[in-house]
Amino acid sequence: MNGPQDLGGMMGFGPVLPEADEPVFHADWEARALGLTLCVGALGRWSLDTSRHARESLPPAVYLSASYFEIWLRALEALLLRHGLITPQELAEGTAPAAPPHPKRLPPERVAPAMAAGTPYDRPITTPARFRPGDKVRARVMHPRGHTRLPRYVRGAVGVIEADRGGFVLPDASAEGREDVAERLYTVVFDGRALWGPDAEPGTQVSVDAWESYLEPA
Amino acid sequence: MPHDHHDHDNHLDPMEARTRALETILTRKGLVDPAAVDAIIETYAEKVGPRNGAQVVARAWDDADFADWLARDATAAIASLGFSGRQGEHMQAVFNTDRVHNLVVCTLCSCYPWPVLGLPPVWYKSPAYRSRAVMEPRAVLRDFGLELPEGVTVRVWDSTAELRYLVIPQRPAGTEGMSRDALADLVTRESMIGTGLARVPA
Repeated sequence: MNGPQDLGGMMGFGPVLPEADEPVFHADWEARALGLTLCVGALGRWSLDTSRHARESLPPAVYLSASYFEIWLRALEALLLRHGLITPQELAEGTAPAAPPHPKRLPPERVAPAMAAGTPYDRPITTPARFRPGDKVRARVMHPRGHTRLPRYVRGAVGVIEADRGGFVLPDASAEGREDVAERLYTVVFDGRALWGPDAEPGTQVSVDAWESYLEPA
Repeated sequence: MPHDHHDHDNHLDPMEARTRALETILTRKGLVDPAAVDAIIETYAEKVGPRNGAQVVARAWDDADFADWLARDATAAIASLGFSGRQGEHMQAVFNTDRVHNLVVCTLCSCYPWPVLGLPPVWYKSPAYRSRAVMEPRAVLRDFGLELPEGVTVRVWDSTAELRYLVIPQRPAGTEGMSRDALADLVTRESMIGTGLARVPA
């Protein structure tokens, strides 16, 4: 979706402000929001792409004025409501009737192994590659209403295939609960001038990782 | 400005209340064990951070075979040092040279190689960085006090899929014979994202 998350090439946000000796968390609630998001994720009710889509579906004015952990917490609330894991009344009241532990509740002793294992997203793929390294490709002009990982700033631009990464879960499908759809993934390099025309900084190259259906021959 | 981190303090109290309320609900419903939340926080506050990535870089500087392995199969090479898992399932190391300077961004969210760098800093997630890194990377580097020589190509890696990129900065001059631990002390978080260079020893 053409949401507020798709920031590449937008203007007006001012300088980047690195913070000296930045702490990992700026407040206790940020740490709790991270932990809650990962614990609920471990219930397995939705994918990482579904979470990303919930975040980018926040109203643009909210998204752009919230800190990143606020975006996470708001999206988590939205997903919990949508999937019926909590009710609007519970959220309004800030409490809920006590219930026994969910069978997939993440116990503390499983945290370290779960984080160390991660969730691989590569998938075997048997269809032949449509593109090879060195091929010229155009990023498709497309504006899907749902989740996609093709940023607007490359759509319509011509680049070169640098690497074939093999099969990966397709986020456009995974965000909608179809986690069994995989497609070949490529790294595509664009010259800065192909993206920004005469306003490009000299000597800039930008790559994205793009699924096969995001690309067409050029 | 509404997006920079100084502003977040204004949200602290309502967000504290809101987060606490959600944790109460999820705990009472048996969906979350607060001790697991504690364990996650401890992992990323104390155990996993850019010191991990610095060890990878120092080893690559000091061991040509490891550097080759890192270039061919970063996920396996990095895992051999004990760093693997969430948000580092598919790693690629990108090596700076005299001709190419690499810079990593995620314009669409906040993708970042957690096992080697920990959680991303606020600036990495900020609209200012995400919007500008792909369009005017040299101007962004100047925000960090880094001016690259003319003629150097800036290669920006937008992390749009599940590949996670680790920049291997160039080894500074004057570091011959230094131990790996001493070399690792020169490797900053910024140098592994591409917004900085490795420190020159004093």
